[in-house]
Amino acid sequence: MSLFILLLIPLLGGVLAWFSQRFDANLPKRITFISLLMCWLPLIPLFHTMLFDGASLKKSQWLINESFNWISIFNIKAHLALDGLSFLLIVLTLLMALVALSAAWHEIKQRTGFFYFNLLWTIAGVLGVFLAIDLFLFFVFWEVMLVPMYFLISIWGHENKHYAAIKFFIFTQAGGLLMLLSLCGLVGIHYQQTGVLTFDYILLMQNPITGDFPFWIALGFTISFLVKLPALPFHSWLPDAHTQAPTAASVILAAVLLKTGGYGIIRFVLPLFPEASIQLAPFMMLIGVIGIIYGAMMAFVQTDLKRLVAYSSVSHMGFVLLGCFAFNIYALQGAVMQMLAHGISTSALFFLVGMIQHRYHTRDLNKLGGLWINLPKLSAFGLFFGIASLGMPGLGNFIAEFLILVGSFEQYPIITVFATSGLILAAVYSLLLIYKTFFGKVNSPQNIKIPDTNTKEWFTLITMCFILIYLGLHPQPIFDLVPIKLMNIAFVSFSMGVSL
Amino acid sequence: MTNYSNLLSLIPLLPILSAVILLFSNPSRLWVSILAVGSITSVALISSFLNYVYWQQTDFILKASLGNWISIAELSISFGLYLDSLSLVMITIISGVGALIHLYSTGFMSQDKSFKRYFIYLNLFVSAMLFLVLADNLLLLYLGWEGVGLCSYLLIGFWYQDKNNNLAANKAFLMTRIGDTAMAIGLFLLFTHLGTLDIQEIQVKAHTVWSLSDNTIASICCLLLLGGAVGKSAQFPLQNWLPDAMAGPTPVSALIHAATMVTAGIYLIARNSQLFQLAPDVLYVIALIGTFTLLLGASAAMVQSDLKRILAYSTISQLGYMFLALGVGASASAVFHLMTHAFFKALLFLSAGALIYSLHHEHNIFKMGGLFKKLPVVTVSFAIGCSALASLPFTSGFFSKELILEQVVASGHITLWWAAVLGAFITAFYSARLFFIVFLGQAQLSPDTTPTKSMSLALIILCLFSLLGGVQPSGLISLMPPLHADNLTNLQHWLPIILPFIAISFAWWIFKKSQFGRTHTSLLQGIHQLLKSGWAFDHIYQTIFIQPFKYLCQLNQYDVIDLFYRFIEKVSCILNNTFSQFQNGQLRSYNASLVIFCILAFAWFISGELIK
Amino acid sequence: MIPVSWILFLSLSLFSIGIFGVLARRNLLFILISLELMLNAVVILFIAGSRYHSSSIANSDGQIMYLLVLTLAASEIAVGLSLVISMYRQHHHLDIDKLNKLRD
Repeated sequence: MSLFILLLIPLLGGVLAWFSQRFDANLPKRITFISLLMCWLPLIPLFHTMLFDGASLKKSQWLINESFNWISIFNIKAHLALDGLSFLLIVLTLLMALVALSAAWHEIKQRTGFFYFNLLWTIAGVLGVFLAIDLFLFFVFWEVMLVPMYFLISIWGHENKHYAAIKFFIFTQAGGLLMLLSLCGLVGIHYQQTGVLTFDYILLMQNPITGDFPFWIALGFTISFLVKLPALPFHSWLPDAHTQAPTAASVILAAVLLKTGGYGIIRFVLPLFPEASIQLAPFMMLIGVIGIIYGAMMAFVQTDLKRLVAYSSVSHMGFVLLGCFAFNIYALQGAVMQMLAHGISTSALFFLVGMIQHRYHTRDLNKLGGLWINLPKLSAFGLFFGIASLGMPGLGNFIAEFLILVGSFEQYPIITVFATSGLILAAVYSLLLIYKTFFGKVNSPQNIKIPDTNTKEWFTLITMCFILIYLGLHPQPIFDLVPIKLMNIAFVSFSMGVSL
Repeated sequence: MTNYSNLLSLIPLLPILSAVILLFSNPSRLWVSILAVGSITSVALISSFLNYVYWQQTDFILKASLGNWISIAELSISFGLYLDSLSLVMITIISGVGALIHLYSTGFMSQDKSFKRYFIYLNLFVSAMLFLVLADNLLLLYLGWEGVGLCSYLLIGFWYQDKNNNLAANKAFLMTRIGDTAMAIGLFLLFTHLGTLDIQEIQVKAHTVWSLSDNTIASICCLLLLGGAVGKSAQFPLQNWLPDAMAGPTPVSALIHAATMVTAGIYLIARNSQLFQLAPDVLYVIALIGTFTLLLGASAAMVQSDLKRILAYSTISQLGYMFLALGVGASASAVFHLMTHAFFKALLFLSAGALIYSLHHEHNIFKMGGLFKKLPVVTVSFAIGCSALASLPFTSGFFSKELILEQVVASGHITLWWAAVLGAFITAFYSARLFFIVFLGQAQLSPDTTPTKSMSLALIILCLFSLLGGVQPSGLISLMPPLHADNLTNLQHWLPIILPFIAISFAWWIFKKSQFGRTHTSLLQGIHQLLKSGWAFDHIYQTIFIQPFKYLCQLNQYDVIDLFYRFIEKVSCILNNTFSQFQNGQLRSYNASLVIFCILAFAWFISGELIK
Repeated sequence: MIPVSWILFLSLSLFSIGIFGVLARRNLLFILISLELMLNAVVILFIAGSRYHSSSIANSDGQIMYLLVLTLAASEIAVGLSLVISMYRQHHHLDIDKLNKLRD
């Protein structure tokens, strides 16, 4: 039951937060804080398993596996399961939810109840996506996380919020529609071929469908995940959504919503359609590389700080795509690591931009500058996360990029060489960000004393620093957590790739 | 041995520990100095102790591990440290020169507001540099490699309020990053083909997997590693970040941009010398790059007017000598020159720093003059530094440079030898020019402060090293055997010794006629400008790479791909406007259309039935 | 017994009156009333159908449908009337030609 409880806590907490606004405008954030803390409770036994019982990790694919009948006429089950990969992403989600809460604490002043309701429901949707093993349930959660996010952007966003919110919604909804179609196609064809009607991931994986269909269905799934990732031709919702969203929503978007795309590819596309993904791989690698370079070049010319960070996300997520389709254990581990590290470093950057905007009321790079003079702590954090995003060894992002590149180099040397040039371009935009924001002289002579980081912000940021350093210096626990079974699939596909 | 291993693991950890303590505490200036200098000094003590141990037992290889880093399938990388005679020389230089420069900095930076920040960066740098030279695998080396790059970036832009400093820092980081990326690709290639990143294993495996006749991939690997080395060591074609990097505080230039970080490239190639032996073509390329760069640097140093830029170009030129030595297969003499260069160039930079400190941050040598009476310590140390740079006999620079020239002859590259000798001539010439202009002649600016005690102390110790440091560490020879040079002609033997004196007399002659800083004909003027800009490479790169890149990015500022989606949006808007004409909001007209449609449909249906 | 065609005619005329009401009246209240009229027309048709199709009492689908529609109509009119009332409170009139805010 623990997984259902994990999902119920934010859902109920959200409703409670909404209603509590009638009594006190400060109550919702407290309730949110408590329910986010409570979400950790079901995970505590798992931490115990991780730390003291490594054998059970390797024994079975799922650490927790819970299933109930839901819509029995179509054999749809409420099937939740958790393995190392989903565990990592859930921990990331819950951490980043706390970060988002910290960002929203002073920023959100209107309609707080509804805000925290939406925040918690988005979190719940994301958690559901990472836990659902029944494809239909997966789709349901996929949609659940979108609608509250739409409200978050369109109600509490910045100057151009309606445009951005609608753009976000249409893009992701179109992706979702494509996923629904491919999902129905997959289940239907599976039913035709085996006579078993099921939406269950495990059963679908055991008896893969054959013929020409898998390619097209895999393509459908992949595209719907690419929209979320976002990969190149579908990325244009991201800069707008990120820029216009309130800080908390940007953090959630960057840290976890994008990761659902990568998770979907690793969890569903690769194991369910091994052969089709091998056919798709060259295109996907190409898209990934173009995304890396294109995103970095776009980030270089932005004048809006948030847009810059958003485009850098496009560039970083290109690495994830590269890692997923390299069919190599290093690259796959790297892709998972990149999701975690990017989740932390980029959301930290958004958090910082939020802090800067709160203090200076602008995100324009040409109007900022010389922040170090007045705000040394904030700027030092900015420097740290800027350096992290350019892939400094010793931090998580480097481990991720290194593994992805090493892995894909074995398969696609030329493409990888181009991808590696992304490291140079990452340095270009990261240094530009640091240089224009924190260094130089103060542009607008302001005599008002602007406060440096307060305790809550300092604590949030330093925690993220330490996590990044931990990921960079001691990533082994993360590698051990990523399930071996999944790796086997990669290997099977890899050997098939050689024979093809 | 385990005790020694613990000592070894302390070496890179002490500086970073001190940096972390400084970061999270707020001690007084005195305590900052004690902690920062103390940590590096203890590292220096440990490394001198290790030298002593090494002196007692010859085949001395020390290993230590700070734990496991990455272990997936065949990729297994640990924080392993590996100490042999090469890395021992390196850590001795780094910790020794590093400790002196730290000591010096406590005086030089004493007026600065960001005293603590400076020492955090500097300690971090030393730690990264120690990791670089002690790493037993290429990934850990890469960590140190990027770490020193980062600290160099931070320290060049240390005075962050000046835009130019930041631009110089960005330039330094990006240009070295280009090299680093090449090196990263080299790592991928090595791992793909050899299945390991352990440096010693690579040396062994490379000889089993590849051979001299089948060395295409080995050559590519070496070329890519060379890319990294070229970037870090400011060699052609990535040389022009170094002169700009002088924007940082002068002790930083001494430590990072003269003594240690820029020599990382030489260390990398020397460390992988067995791998490079598989690729003679690449070695030849290294020799050519070295020769070209040493001439470029020396000729540019000849015409600069900024004190620190002269030294920067001189560093580029001296690094060129080391590359030349590496290229002809004389790694030991390259590392030897690296060592002596670290001493005398650090000395030169620190004396220059003392000058700048006393003269209110004046960099222009033509505004100085006649300073020998007022700043005796600085004058003496500068004189020693310059003579070692010019390789006057019996200074440390003399022994190492002679050795390099000898090895070049022994390898048979006579053309390169002539170029190197020409470089030596120019080196002696610009050293003399620099010294004459600054210290002799008419007094112009008068110093208002004298260097502090800590600064003088550091200078004096470095003077001793520069004079007496010309002893090649014996371990290097056994590790990387030099070429036998017994076929030197008299000319080849005596010319390099006499040439500096000729150059100095020539410089004296010009100085007496007070012709420095003046050009007469327009042709000379043009050459002067060309040399002064470092052969205009900045300009070339600006036009070839930076401008097109910027233009391309600017062109696409609003995202071409988004235009497609905007087009879809436009089309739907137009359609919406068209169809919303029918949507007039009058409920009754909607009803009417509904009824009319129903009646028509009904009629159509019935008529169909009737016809049947 | 009354012929079915008579009942059909009755239903048709009721329905036409309803349509006319919906189309011609501008007051929302009268439109609702006309809607009810149309519903009743359909219901009559159901009852006639059930009577026409079954000689015995056994098939009473039509009557059941009548009950269903009756309930629906009641609930619909409850919702509709409450909307009408709140709309009247807001606008102080019920002229649908002026109530076209939803267009924008």
